[in-house]
Amino acid sequence: MNSIVLKGAQLSDGREVDIRITADKIEAIGSNLAGDQVIDCSGLIALAGFVDLHTHLREPGYEASETVLTGTQSAALGGFTAVHAMANTDPVADTAGVVEQIRSLGIEAGYVDVFPIGAVTVGLEGKQLAELGAMAQSKAAVKVFSDDGKCVSDPLLMRRALEYVKAFGGVIAQHAQEPRLTEGAQMNAGLVSSELGLAGWPAVAEESIIARDVLLAEHVGSRIHICHLSTKGSVEIVRWAKSRGINVTAEVTPHHLLLTDELARSYDPIYKVNPPLRTEADVLALREALIDGTIDIVATDHAPHPIEAKDCEWNAAAFGMVGLETAASVAQLVLIESGKSDWKRLESVLSSKPAEIAGDANHGELAVGRTANLTLIDPKAQRKIARETASKSVNNPYTDRELPGAVIHTIFNGRFTVLNGALQKQEEIA
Amino acid sequence: MKHLLSTANISSDEAIGILDLADEMSLVNQRESRKLPTLRNKTVVNLFFEDSTRTRISFEIAAKRLSADLINFSAIGSSVSKGESLKDTVQTLAASGVDAFVVRHSASGAAYNLAHRGWIDTPVINAGDGTHEHPTQALLDAMTIRERIYGNGNTKGKDLDGVKVAIVGDISHSRVARSNFHLLNTLGAEVHLVAPPTLMPGGFGSNKHFDFDDALKSVKPDVVMMLRVQLERMSASFFPSESEYHRIWGLTAERFQNLSAKTAIMHPGPMNRGLEISSIAADSEQSTILQQVANGINVRMAVLYSLISGEKAVNE
Repeated sequence: MNSIVLKGAQLSDGREVDIRITADKIEAIGSNLAGDQVIDCSGLIALAGFVDLHTHLREPGYEASETVLTGTQSAALGGFTAVHAMANTDPVADTAGVVEQIRSLGIEAGYVDVFPIGAVTVGLEGKQLAELGAMAQSKAAVKVFSDDGKCVSDPLLMRRALEYVKAFGGVIAQHAQEPRLTEGAQMNAGLVSSELGLAGWPAVAEESIIARDVLLAEHVGSRIHICHLSTKGSVEIVRWAKSRGINVTAEVTPHHLLLTDELARSYDPIYKVNPPLRTEADVLALREALIDGTIDIVATDHAPHPIEAKDCEWNAAAFGMVGLETAASVAQLVLIESGKSDWKRLESVLSSKPAEIAGDANHGELAVGRTANLTLIDPKAQRKIARETASKSVNNPYTDRELPGAVIHTIFNGRFTVLNGALQKQEEIA
Repeated sequence: MKHLLSTANISSDEAIGILDLADEMSLVNQRESRKLPTLRNKTVVNLFFEDSTRTRISFEIAAKRLSADLINFSAIGSSVSKGESLKDTVQTLAASGVDAFVVRHSASGAAYNLAHRGWIDTPVINAGDGTHEHPTQALLDAMTIRERIYGNGNTKGKDLDGVKVAIVGDISHSRVARSNFHLLNTLGAEVHLVAPPTLMPGGFGSNKHFDFDDALKSVKPDVVMMLRVQLERMSASFFPSESEYHRIWGLTAERFQNLSAKTAIMHPGPMNRGLEISSIAADSEQSTILQQVANGINVRMAVLYSLISGEKAVNE
């Protein structure tokens, strides 16, 4: 059986090792390992393959923006070996049939594990629970449920959903946005929105839902996951909830860790996203929270849109930005380049913890005997980000920015999906 | 130095330059022959995606007095209502040969987008973008205030140093308020904002008042500028009723009568009589409302002339 040896890579704990992969397993970690295919990995950091808990793959229904194939190719280039595909497709992923279709499209593409997220409510309409049990028991084995893009705003429905998914170990991932407080909202409510005359999306619309939902989770004894935290106040509520013993996990997107509402001054909707880019103070609070553990994971909220959805006036434009190929760089910037954290933490926020939240058994750990899902990063690389990525869409807010780090290799189920920075062809990974 | 999108980055000198030019235009407008040949063979497009008969007509008269060819494009009933994008609309028109676009759009930033997204390379005049800005309105208001303070014929080169202006009403959603706030401050005026807390935006300095009577008493403004109130604000719970709004934030007959006889009363129009302003105030000697309309043409002639003839610089 052919084996691959990754020579001289540095693990997240700092050890420099050789890693031998045989078939789809990590067979040995040690020194002076021999194998059929030896890859020099000196200077590279080897981490468990990244797991994105929040990806919009757009298929079925919006194939002009992205397909499962192009989205997962972009994911592989970003160091991911698993993505969780949000339910706001057309048809909505609210039945066993649709989630099984998405799961099988992922297997067909072959670049990463595609785990469909099931809708909490039928058609994301917030009125009636979708068949959560049927999705959980389908071949897609859905564990994470979300109406992302919309908030489950009805408190009773949210309570029931939190309780119900306990039957099969599921978790509700809430898009926290009080709908009445954000009618017509275009950007963060603050000084910049006042000046620009764009309708504001106030922080309280997010924070009030998070406060309500952590209390609901406590009341029914369920766990809850909060999508894309964007405000300082949200951080404080999650910190309080955790100190109270509430079983809550929280994610932050790369763009909320880096970009602020000042960018809206360009009136360029490339910076229009939901929840909106916030202030510098929010960005700093989110960074601190990611470092100290209040925020558990980084998730991309990769949201591709066709050119025409952004090449228009701000109000008419779609919300969202791509981000699979820059997520690790932003995490590196915040955790490593700042000198405030370490690779162990980066591996946790991009791999181990999201895998744990979603119950992805084959992901999240780089250890002997585990499935060979890993990524190798050159931490010294400096990249000027190009607008075009492997994604079908170019709504890339990082265009022309300098970011640290580059994904050199990604290995999914023991095969290179990315080798020397290049995406491998589908037939090579099959 | 190509577009007029906002008053936020116009310098005092630039503003005074435009106002002085507008004063000259007003002399032209008082002549028997009111037409200048300056913009002959130039094409100006009035690109209106939102109904505004007054502003459209004002720009139309201004362009015609400068002998420009004026094309009115109204989005209502056009290809825009059939789903054509803003970009395609302006590129199509620009390809037909246009020397300046005058743009009115319901989206904040629409004029900025035309000027800066690389869609076209034509001077753009913002004739009102959403709840953002309406720079020619502020210029015509500044011109009117200058005339009231210094008297016609005594305005050349003057700023508005020390003039106290109270802007009253729905500041949050007002492009008129934003443009006036920036321009009047730049010209040295002391600008006070008066609004119900629900319609007072963040930022915009510290001269803010929720109590209209206190503001009138403590500030003693030289100018009271009333803003139009959209009735849909009431259904969105910004205030409970028309009569309550009138009582607390309207320029009622009583408030008007308690003002100094020198206080100028301004309104950008169209007015809701009996809501934000009483008829007695609107029709008084102190009211500048028709003077504002006349100055609208003067200012717009000055702006069109500056941008298209390339002889005077306006802001980027």
